[in-house]
Amino acid sequence: MNDMSVSRDVDTGEIKMRARGVEVFYGDTHAIKSVDVDIEDKTVTAFIGPSGCGKSTFLRCLNRMNDTIDVARVKGEITLDGEDIYDPKVDPVQLRAKVGMVFQKPNPFPKSIYDNVAYGPRIHGLSTSKGELDEIVEKSLRRAALWDEAKDRLQEPGTGLSGGQQQRLCIARAVATNPEVLLMDEPCSALDPIATAQVEELIDELRTRYSVVIVTHSMQQAARVSQKTAFFHLGELVEYGETGKIFTNPDDSRTESYITGRIG
Amino acid sequence: MPLLWTVSIILALGVVGYVMGRKRAVATAGGNARILHSLPGYYGTNVAIITIVPALLVMAVWLIIQPILVETRVTEMIPASAIEEAGSRGLVMSDVRRVAGGLDTAIEQGALTEDEARSIRTEFTNVRDTLAGVGVALGSDVTPEVLSAAQRYRELSRSGNLFMTITLLTLAALGFLYSYARTNRDFRARNWVEASVLVILMLASTIAILTTVGIVLSMLWDSWNFFQLYPWQQFFFGLEWRPSFEGGSELGLIPLLWGTMYISLIALLVAVPVGLFAAVYMAEYASKRVRSFAKPLIEILAGIPTIVYGLFALITVGPMLRDYFAEPLGLGSSSSSVMTAGIVMGIMLIPFVSSLSDDIINAVPQSLRDGSYGLGATQSETVKQVILPAALPGIVGAILLAASRAIGETMIVVLGAGAAGRIDLNPFEAMTTVTVKIVGQLTGDTNFSSPEALVAFALGLTLFVITLGLNVLALYIVRKYREQYE
Ligand SMILES: Nc1ncnc2c1ncn2[C@@H]1O[C@H](COP(=O)(O)OP(=O)(O)OP(=O)(O)O)[C@@H](O)[C@H]1O
Ligand SMILES: [Mg+2]
Repeated sequence: MNDMSVSRDVDTGEIKMRARGVEVFYGDTHAIKSVDVDIEDKTVTAFIGPSGCGKSTFLRCLNRMNDTIDVARVKGEITLDGEDIYDPKVDPVQLRAKVGMVFQKPNPFPKSIYDNVAYGPRIHGLSTSKGELDEIVEKSLRRAALWDEAKDRLQEPGTGLSGGQQQRLCIARAVATNPEVLLMDEPCSALDPIATAQVEELIDELRTRYSVVIVTHSMQQAARVSQKTAFFHLGELVEYGETGKIFTNPDDSRTESYITGRIG
Repeated sequence: MPLLWTVSIILALGVVGYVMGRKRAVATAGGNARILHSLPGYYGTNVAIITIVPALLVMAVWLIIQPILVETRVTEMIPASAIEEAGSRGLVMSDVRRVAGGLDTAIEQGALTEDEARSIRTEFTNVRDTLAGVGVALGSDVTPEVLSAAQRYRELSRSGNLFMTITLLTLAALGFLYSYARTNRDFRARNWVEASVLVILMLASTIAILTTVGIVLSMLWDSWNFFQLYPWQQFFFGLEWRPSFEGGSELGLIPLLWGTMYISLIALLVAVPVGLFAAVYMAEYASKRVRSFAKPLIEILAGIPTIVYGLFALITVGPMLRDYFAEPLGLGSSSSSVMTAGIVMGIMLIPFVSSLSDDIINAVPQSLRDGSYGLGATQSETVKQVILPAALPGIVGAILLAASRAIGETMIVVLGAGAAGRIDLNPFEAMTTVTVKIVGQLTGDTNFSSPEALVAFALGLTLFVITLGLNVLALYIVRKYREQYE
C-alpha cells in the first residue's frame, strides 16, 4: 500500500480472471452450469440474479473456497493472470491471499477488533513492526468506514459490534490483506444507507488498484458501482456485459424481466 | 398393604383421571373441543397430576420421617443398663432392628404366626434359635428388653404403614375429585399444567441441592469429631503420615496431598496434549471414513474399568519403567511409582479430554473457518488462531473435568503407585493419594471413635473443598473469557 495516489482514469480491459465451462455440483445438485466469464482488472463486476441461482457458489469458485465443502465438485477452467487456479501446483492458501473474500454473513473472529483486522497481515507477514501493523489496521478500518466508531474500542471483541459494524469489520479484514481481487458477497445486506454509501465509495476506490466482484440484490447498487454486470438464473449465466447496456437494453428477455422486477 | 400396591393404585387412579378429565372437558364443551380454553389432553393431564403428585410427595416425606419417629419411641423403652452393657445406644438399636426384621422373615416363612410373633417371650422360647431356623443369624442371645423393643418396633411400623396407606389413598382420591370437579370448558388447564410442571422441575433441583448439602453436613460432622481428637494444625501441616491403631499416630495431610497433586499433574501432562491433539485431528483433519472408526476406538478407552487400568499399571507399565528408566538412571528400584500411576491415569483420561474437546471444536461455526481460509490462512493457522481460541472455554472445562477425575481416582493409584504416604520429588518413588488413604482408613476393623478412622472424613472434606475450588476456578475462567469474546 505504498501508492495511494488515486486517479480516476483507470484503464480497464485487461483480463484478470477467466472462467471457461465452469460447472459446480453439490452431490447430485447441479448448481452451476457451464459458465464463461472474464473478470477484468481494475473493474467492478456485479453478479445479480434471484436467490439460489448460484451467485455465491460461483464466487466461491474464484478463490477455491468450495474446496472446504466435502460434497462440492468443480469442473472447468478458471485462470488468474493466465494461470489455472485449479492446477495441482497451485496452493489454494496462496491463492486466497491474492483473491480475498467478504462473506454473505458477517463472521468476525472471537478476537479483538484490532486482532481481527491484523489477522491477515500477521499470517502473511505484511508488516515488520508494531507501528506498521497499527498503520495497516487504521487504514483498513478507515476504508471500511468503521474507524470513527471503532477507534476507541480496538481492544474490545469484534463479536460485540452490531451486525452492520461486523460486516464492515469483515470488509476491513479482507482489505487489510491487500488482495488483487476482492470478492464481496452481498457486503451491504446489513448496512444502513449511510454505511452503504461509504462501502460503495470504498469499492470505487478499490477499483483503482484491484478488481472487485460484488454480489448484490440491489439493482441500484449494481448500477451505481459496477462497470460490468453478470446475470445468473437457475445456475446459468444468462447475460454478461457492460452494466449500462444490461440495465438499459438487455439482450435476453429473462434479464429484462428480472431487472424490472418480474422474476426473482 | 405393601407399598408397591399403594403406588400402583395411585398411578392407576391417575390414568383413570386422565381419561375421565379429558372426557369431561369435551363433554362440558358440548363435544366441540375448539371452544375449550385448552386442548382436551391438558384437562386430563391436570387431573392426573393433582391425583398423583401430592400423594407421592407425601409418601416420600413419610418414608423418611416415620422410621425416625418409630426409632425415638422405641429407644425410650430401652433401659440405660442395657445400653451400658452393649456399649452404645446405636448397637442396641441395630439389634432391635435386626430382631424385628427376623420376626418378619419368620412370619413370611411360616415359622411363627402373627400372634406368636407378637406374644413370644424370651422366658419361654429361644428366640435366637427360632430366628436362626429361618436364616437370620444373631450375634448373641436375645434379651427380654430387646425382644419387647423389637415387638414394639414392629407394631409401630405396622400401624404407621397402615396409616400411611390410608392417608395416601385418601389424598389421591381427594385430588382426583377436586380436579375432576373443577374441569369445565373455561378452566385454564393449560396454565395449571404449566405451573405444575414448573413445581415438579423445581422439586427435582431442590432434591439435588439438598443431597449435596446433606453430604457436606455429614462430612462436616464427622470431621468436627476428628478435630476434637486430633489437632487441626497437625492435620493440615503435618509432614508425616503414620497411622497406628495403638495410638500416637501422625496424620499429616501434606504427604497425601503432595502425592495426589504429583500424580494428577503427570496424568494431565499425558492426557491434555494427547487428547487435545487427537480431538483437533478428529474434528479438523480426519476424513469421514477415518473418523467413523477412529472415534469409537478412542472412546473404548473410556469404557475400560479403572481396575483394569490398575492391573495394566501393576503388571506392564510399572516393571517396564523400573527396568528401562528407574534402575538405569539410578532413581530407585520400586515398580510402584508416581510415574506409573500418572501415565496410566493419563491414558485413562485421554478420551475424556478428546471426546469433549472434539464436540466443542465441532460446535465452532463453519463460518469462522471460512473467514480464516478466505484470508489465506492454512489449516493449522486456522486451528491455532481461530478455532482453539473460540473453543477455549469448553476446552478449559474439559481439562478441569479431567483434573477432578484424576484427583478422585483410587484404583490406579493403589495398584500403580502403592500406599505409602511420602513427600519426594523423584517420580520413580512410590507415593499415595488422599483417596487411597480414605479407603485404607475405613477398611478392616474400624472403630469410628478413633482419630485413625475419623481422619477419613477430614480427608474427604479436604478433597471436596479442592474439587469445589477447581470448579469455581473453571467457572471464573470461562466467564472472564466469555466477557471478552461474546
Ligand atoms: N453447501 C451446499 N451444499 C449443498 N447445496 C448447496 C450448498 N450451497 C449452496 N447449495 C445449493 O446451490 C444452489 C446455489 O446456491 P447459492 O448459495 O450459490 O445461491 P445464491 O445465488 O448465492 O443465493 P442468495 O442470493 O440467496 O445468496 C442453491 O440451490 C443451493 O441450495
Ligand atoms: Mg448467496
